Amino acid sequence: MEQIGIVSYGADIPRYRIKVEEIASVWGKNGEDIKRGLGINEKSVPSLDQDTATISVEAARAALKRCNIDPKNIGAIYIGSESHPYAVKPTGTIVGEAIGATPNLMVADYEFACKAGTAAIQTCNGLVKAGMIEYGLAIGADTAQAAPGDALEYSAAAGGAAFIIGKKDVIATINHTYSYTTDTPDFWRREGRKYPAHGGRFTGAPAYFKHITNCSKNLMKIAGTKPEDYNYAIFHQPNGKFPVTAAKMLGFSYDQIKQGLLCPIIGNTYSGSSLLGLASVLDVAKPGDKIFLTSYGSGAGSDSFDITVTDKINDLSRKNAPSVAQLIENKEYINYGTYAKFRDILYWE
Amino acid sequence: MTIGGVARFWREIPQRYNLIGKQCGSCGRIYFPPRESCPYCRRKSIGKMRDIKLSGKGEIVTYTVIHVAPHNFEGQVPYPIAIVQLEEGPRITAQIVDCKIEDVKIGMKVEYTFRRIQEDGYTGAIYYGYKFKPCQQKQNHQ
Ligand SMILES: [Zn+2]
Repeated sequence: MEQIGIVSYGADIPRYRIKVEEIASVWGKNGEDIKRGLGINEKSVPSLDQDTATISVEAARAALKRCNIDPKNIGAIYIGSESHPYAVKPTGTIVGEAIGATPNLMVADYEFACKAGTAAIQTCNGLVKAGMIEYGLAIGADTAQAAPGDALEYSAAAGGAAFIIGKKDVIATINHTYSYTTDTPDFWRREGRKYPAHGGRFTGAPAYFKHITNCSKNLMKIAGTKPEDYNYAIFHQPNGKFPVTAAKMLGFSYDQIKQGLLCPIIGNTYSGSSLLGLASVLDVAKPGDKIFLTSYGSGAGSDSFDITVTDKINDLSRKNAPSVAQLIENKEYINYGTYAKFRDILYWE
Repeated sequence: MTIGGVARFWREIPQRYNLIGKQCGSCGRIYFPPRESCPYCRRKSIGKMRDIKLSGKGEIVTYTVIHVAPHNFEGQVPYPIAIVQLEEGPRITAQIVDCKIEDVKIGMKVEYTFRRIQEDGYTGAIYYGYKFKPCQQKQNHQ
């Protein structure tokens, strides 16, 4: 059987962090209560010179350092984000140039809240399967913005991961993928607006949990698998609590999700969220490991994947780029004033 | 709305994004930023200057800390600017990032990283390019 899947991967997380208590103290809230309520201790913050394009380039270069692929053989780049630096001018053009993949390739930017990166993987998977490209580069990255004082300010973080999809030297086979999509207005950002808006409590049951659980169950039906068949599971992480609850509802254990659960220590990296979880799992995965992944994007939809790690993972030069754990360890704390400056909150025209 | 300065930036994308320099086909010297001819070989080098992609790894030769920044960089002060000697020989001036100022040292191993350099206000183009950060090798030793 022909194998199609992940050939290499890379990640990037900005090194600045702000603690939840620091944000809470500015708004007169109890930091301990918020940490407990959200299951988040701190989040990553991009500096003034970092954005979705720079994170995407760093993640893509990390993926290329781990393998021997000539970037000219990358036939497509799809980048999922809700914080593309330009409203009109694709991030993929900048990334394509910065990794030396231009000009013979397809490029487009994706937007589907936090699941645009997994949608990019599905597209690359399909194009490779159809024989239209040799390799495709799928990236999910964000520098998520939250309005000052909004509940999202405690979680909106920055980071991203890149995956090279192909059929030669596949380190992790994508056996099955399935998506579940409806029109559910739980979270959105109108054109031209800087900050998103959300439906408050509406974001839980009818949005996140409905899509994650239905998508996951349907994929397991298609794949003929059960939760206990998987070594690792990753669910989208808007906070530290939702993915743990979703896992429990579906019958996955905490041990299965902990390697990919990053929100408590870096926040919600939006399009980067489930993909950084996958990168963290690939950092430690062994041949034969089975990985389950379900992303979630507001609006709303989920993408599920059934993945098997192959023997080729031992040939990948994983050490050539920093692991997700190393990126998380390399940090520097900032206060709210610096955060406000870095996030351009002190903005006027 | 037409914005000036974009054309010059666009022409420099290969060197700004990927450190593409020039190597003299006559004596082998490497130049960054790229030159159209070799000052040592002069006429002999014309038509023999080849593109060469530099590794982006180097060492800090000297540095200074900027406290009064030019327009567009005010938000980043204080920040270090260093002369970096690249593995292949050329020396270039660049900002050092992802490092506390007190940790910047002469002789420190650095590597290039992709960052926003500047932008034409809130409506103009965003210019990307290289900056340098401490080598990740330190992290890989553990
Ligand atoms: Zn010469």
